[in-house]
Amino acid sequence: MSVKLVIGIVRPEKANDVLEALYRAEVRGLSISRVQGHGGELDRVETYRGTTVKMGLADKVRFEIAVSEPFVEPTIAALCKGGQTGEVGDGKIFVVPLERVIRIRTGETDHGAVTPVRG
Amino acid sequence: MDKPILAAVDSGDTAWMLAATALVLLMTPALGLFYGGLVRAKNTLNTYMMCLAAIAVATVTWALVGYSFAFDQGNGFIGGFGYAVLHNVSFEPRDGSTIPHLLFMAFQGTFCIITVALVSGAVVERMRFSAFLVFAALWSVLVYAVLAHWAFGPGWLLENGTLDFAGGVPVEMGSGFSALAAALVVGARKDYGRQALLPHNAVYVLLGAGLLWFGWFGFNGGSGFSTGNSSVLAFTNTLLCPASTLVVWFLLDAFRDRQVTAIGAATAIIVGCVLITPAGGFISPAWAMALGGLGAVPSYAVVVWRPRTKVDETLDVLAAHGVAGMTGILFTGFFAQLAWNGVSDGLLYGDAGQLGWQALAAIAAPTYAFTVTFVLLRAIALVMPLRATEPEEALGMDIVHHGEEAYATGEGAILVSPEAGVEDEVPVANPI
Repeated sequence: MSVKLVIGIVRPEKANDVLEALYRAEVRGLSISRVQGHGGELDRVETYRGTTVKMGLADKVRFEIAVSEPFVEPTIAALCKGGQTGEVGDGKIFVVPLERVIRIRTGETDHGAVTPVRG
Repeated sequence: MDKPILAAVDSGDTAWMLAATALVLLMTPALGLFYGGLVRAKNTLNTYMMCLAAIAVATVTWALVGYSFAFDQGNGFIGGFGYAVLHNVSFEPRDGSTIPHLLFMAFQGTFCIITVALVSGAVVERMRFSAFLVFAALWSVLVYAVLAHWAFGPGWLLENGTLDFAGGVPVEMGSGFSALAAALVVGARKDYGRQALLPHNAVYVLLGAGLLWFGWFGFNGGSGFSTGNSSVLAFTNTLLCPASTLVVWFLLDAFRDRQVTAIGAATAIIVGCVLITPAGGFISPAWAMALGGLGAVPSYAVVVWRPRTKVDETLDVLAAHGVAGMTGILFTGFFAQLAWNGVSDGLLYGDAGQLGWQALAAIAAPTYAFTVTFVLLRAIALVMPLRATEPEEALGMDIVHHGEEAYATGEGAILVSPEAGVEDEVPVANPI
């Protein structure tokens, strides 16, 4: 069974909603990181004393979720459900194939490595 | 110094009160740190700015009419316009005082400032800054000045002998119960009760609490308006009482969660200082320590209980100030001691009537503060929206209301030349 990496980039204030939606979809293994990026949203203008700047980058949270094939669609649905506000700047989801996945503790590979441990 | 122009002014008293006034003013930026650390990073500046706004707005309203409403003779409820725009407030001391009237006004003004700033703790992270400015101006006159008149000016509580050394009525109960009303009218933050909304910098909280305690020595120690016994007693009690509160808070924390928390300790410092505020120069050092320990319990209970309710009184002004102020006012009614204060005994030392007047203050001040604040905010809401929209709340008040971030990195910031306007950008800073 093939393994995919789902990368979701969402608004920081929606990160908790996304986590909740993923949990409900029984997607358990994930990493998040804080990133800055630029999409189609309008720049913010900020002023510090005499210095006025346009902030071209917005704070986002990036989810990285490695899943087996049957979990790809539920994961995408959860990211959309949790991350959507309807305004420009809600983010993107990228799905990429993974060549190999290894669980360090046991040496399990691929499907075995992305399947949560029971118990 | 050549010949003394005003014999009634005491130079030692004046020197201390000059320093005490500066100490009390420091409490408001300290509160900005305390509150700023308790909110999320995206609201740091806005939270601090509400405290700075209190200095800006309340100082002006105080000089214009607030001081006059509080300390002019007037009637039992409110003062008149005799001191409006500081008319007749100059170097001659007020009756019964040994410091220049002008200095007395400045000292009392710093109390008005910190009280306005305290109320902001109920509405941070969602109230619009402009609405807060309007609220601060009106509240400082309609609520603070009136309560200060009752307790400090020649108002009905003071005239009947209610003991309130440094502001249990106007500052502590005034802010605490107004905060409850403000939280109810403005409403909860959109994520309140759904997500964990955690303090973003515990070190700011601790630093702010430490500086507040430092300033409180001027707040209580200056409320004797002299270098006399009552000031020395209040000053020393400001060390003893919060220390006892800290010890008991540690124990309560340990009992509840087996761990003693730092933000809990910062809260305990505030609660301890509030407890001793009304009682400072009226109770013995031993009773001050007892007050610090016993008084921790009701405030601790409200701190634990309030987040389980729907009321997003965000930074627990009610628990730390309203409840602790009420505890201190009532405690004074039991344990005030003529031998220490030279003014009055409490119930334990034979004067049950004193407790009656303390209890009346503990009912009247919260009722007035809550009611007027509730009506005032409803009235302001008719003219302007009180709170930011949901997307604005998500983005954070710093960017929305001030166009700044507390922790800007500069990554991705494109320099805009001030003259050229926003459209013509000059990609100099951190080009990507």
